[in-house]
Amino acid sequence: MSNSPARDVWITGIGLVSNLGEGRQAHLAALDEDNPPQIDTDSFAPFPVHPVAPLEWGEQIPKKADQRQMENWQKLGVYTAGLALEDAGIPRDDPLRQQMHMIVSAGGGERDYAVDGQILSGIASAENPDAFLNERLMSDLRPTLFLAQLSNLLAGNIAIVHGVTGASRTFMGEEQAGVDAVRVAHARIEAAQGDIFLVGGSYNAERADALLIYELGGYLWKEHYASVWDRPGEGGGFILGSGAAFLVLEAREHAEARGAKPLAVLRGVSSNQPRRHPGSVGNSVEKLWADSAKAFRGIGGAVFSGATGVAGITEEERGSLTKLVPRIPVHSTGDLFGNTLEAQFPLGLALATTALEAGRLHQAVVTSVGHKRGEGLALLEAAPNGSRSA
Amino acid sequence: MTAASSSPTRDRQGRPLVAITGAGIVTSLGQGKADNWQALTQGRSGVHRITRFETSNLRTTIAATVDFLPDATSCAPVLSERLAVLAAEEAIAQSGIGHLPADGKPGNFPGSLFLAVPPVEIEWPQRIALARASGKTSDISYADLLRTATSGAFAEWHDLFLFGTTADRLTERFGIGGSPISLSTACSSGATAIQLGVEAIRRGETQAALAIGTDGSVHVEALVRFSLLSALSTNNDNPEGASRPFSKNRDGFVMGEGAGALVLEDYDAARARGATILGFVAGCGEHGDGFHRTRTSPDGAPAIAAIREAITDAGLTPDDIDYINAHGTSTPENDKMESLASTAVFGERASLVPISSNKSMVGHTLSAAGAVEAVFSLLTLLHGRLPPTINYEIPDPAIALDVVPNVARDANVKRVLSNSFGFGGQNTCLVLTSEPTA
Repeated sequence: MSNSPARDVWITGIGLVSNLGEGRQAHLAALDEDNPPQIDTDSFAPFPVHPVAPLEWGEQIPKKADQRQMENWQKLGVYTAGLALEDAGIPRDDPLRQQMHMIVSAGGGERDYAVDGQILSGIASAENPDAFLNERLMSDLRPTLFLAQLSNLLAGNIAIVHGVTGASRTFMGEEQAGVDAVRVAHARIEAAQGDIFLVGGSYNAERADALLIYELGGYLWKEHYASVWDRPGEGGGFILGSGAAFLVLEAREHAEARGAKPLAVLRGVSSNQPRRHPGSVGNSVEKLWADSAKAFRGIGGAVFSGATGVAGITEEERGSLTKLVPRIPVHSTGDLFGNTLEAQFPLGLALATTALEAGRLHQAVVTSVGHKRGEGLALLEAAPNGSRSA
Repeated sequence: MTAASSSPTRDRQGRPLVAITGAGIVTSLGQGKADNWQALTQGRSGVHRITRFETSNLRTTIAATVDFLPDATSCAPVLSERLAVLAAEEAIAQSGIGHLPADGKPGNFPGSLFLAVPPVEIEWPQRIALARASGKTSDISYADLLRTATSGAFAEWHDLFLFGTTADRLTERFGIGGSPISLSTACSSGATAIQLGVEAIRRGETQAALAIGTDGSVHVEALVRFSLLSALSTNNDNPEGASRPFSKNRDGFVMGEGAGALVLEDYDAARARGATILGFVAGCGEHGDGFHRTRTSPDGAPAIAAIREAITDAGLTPDDIDYINAHGTSTPENDKMESLASTAVFGERASLVPISSNKSMVGHTLSAAGAVEAVFSLLTLLHGRLPPTINYEIPDPAIALDVVPNVARDANVKRVLSNSFGFGGQNTCLVLTSEPTA
């Protein structure tokens, strides 16, 4: 390890999109309870989803040809990455984009539902089911659908549409992918392994194949809307949400050199993935707190919890937070966004940044407890010398 | 580090050196370094007709699948995990670090995991089983599959088809702490896993990393997807001759399966525990490309930038590179671009620096390729022998490179450049050396 001290990591741009709307104001209003979460209970009944707010794709993805090459999970991410770049004051023709590193947390998909349905309907009566499957796939699949499914093509599309081409890495693995994307970017900036990163993820919940994977495991909440904290008593579960968040993370000296102001400071990020057993999540959250949030003073602070509502782990996280910071407000990002999987931790960070930048808070802790595995935590602080908008 | 009194070893940029102390590999050529190296240097092809699934109505019916394991399956996450386990066991055993799983107890690998793994989703056998269990015989839709899923009878498929599951199972088996990284940078994923491990060691976050690239995803829809993009060779009548990197008559890549694993360690820590040093990952380079989703910039600029960055990162110049382990997919476009990039970086030396493609024999192992080829690059350093590019019968006049045609060759090799390029503008290059470059 080099002996030089760790560099400060500034958040110099954010983009966020969810069911609550687009950008800071819509999300601040949600924190003030002036903008209730939107829920679609019809389209995929009996499964509610938090649908993404209507967007003008052309605002951030000008070429129709580019829009056609993507499915919605990618469009959402590309759109939101564009917001973050704009917010960071890095215009499309700025050569800085060619040096930016990307770490994107992504899943994959989506399916051609009509083709899948036709194959499933026809295969049972086919003379040779395997030959039937081959024939249908070869003739019915859109050649470019593959590119709309590949995990790393969210980053690939950001490179094409927004010209961010310094480097591109895609982390996979549900909620924890979002945590580790931020953690690794933060660690690399601290250690001078890069000056400026675009980090984030996106998720489209409004798709049957996404619902299917979580319903297989029995994780989907099908009752009337309830806070994630109240769900464990009734069996627990989550509502999938559509959304995306991207952050521009930047070494302080790099930001200062280009005259960029911080929205907030990302003080520390840690993650762990111990084997789950009763008590393990509580222990893990407390350990991560000791690793990254010791500097949390409490006054003027809040926690943005990524609790999913899954029984057992949700109560454990709440119990640990109550023990650690008994009188501090705890916001549930699951209540506001639903579970946006790979995008949840970036969304929590973007929301916390919004509150810090607006002067509502001095410090914030963002947590993640994955529905199946993995825990993460970050400490953010208000920007030095007041916020950018002040 | 026991050598705390002496000053730590650093490279020219003041960073810890990253040593390789263990390597493991599985490909269609066999299991383990010995079998693979023998086959590779004999110029043997692992490409064959696909027997794992029905191939009627397909344009391509050949692949370099791994079929020799008992209870072979074509479920991508199951086979990918299995291949990763085999490669990791070999690598950890060779390094002598920690201990392997034994007597039903997990192992203890004292470091971090970086895993290049194919993206997963529910596959056709599962969709068909859900449809059948729905009781419906016509107009089947996802609503029917969802209703069937609610029964809970198929709960194990939830975990099987999560993106983070393979890494989670590996950390449990090998006793790896921390939060494992599962990643995809398409066809350069394996190299990215190694790069992430190198970076973690250099910044002092860990003293050891297990970097794995694995891919067991040759199932029918995966093949169809590449086929529909016209990326695959259709030379079905001659499977062993189908992958022809750098040849004039190359017509696409051949899908392959396999896994490669490296144990990476802080050089001082490895020496302190008395480990045998096999080589070094001296440099990594990476550059994105915003030109097109599947095609690379025609001028090769991003690939050139990645190669130059890897060499510079190693503290070397292009003149120091003795051999190139090519990406060499056998697609018309990649090989042309890679040749262009080589010419740009190596100048007059371009036609003199030998460059060969392992993919002529093991096919394109996709998510695993960067790691598989890093293991072959290491073996090249250790044995002083260059594996050939086989099926090189008709030279492409536009590619004036020494591709080590058809027959392996002894050579004094100290520094290897290994290239990986992928869909989505991914370009990642590694420099492996036999000696420290500090």
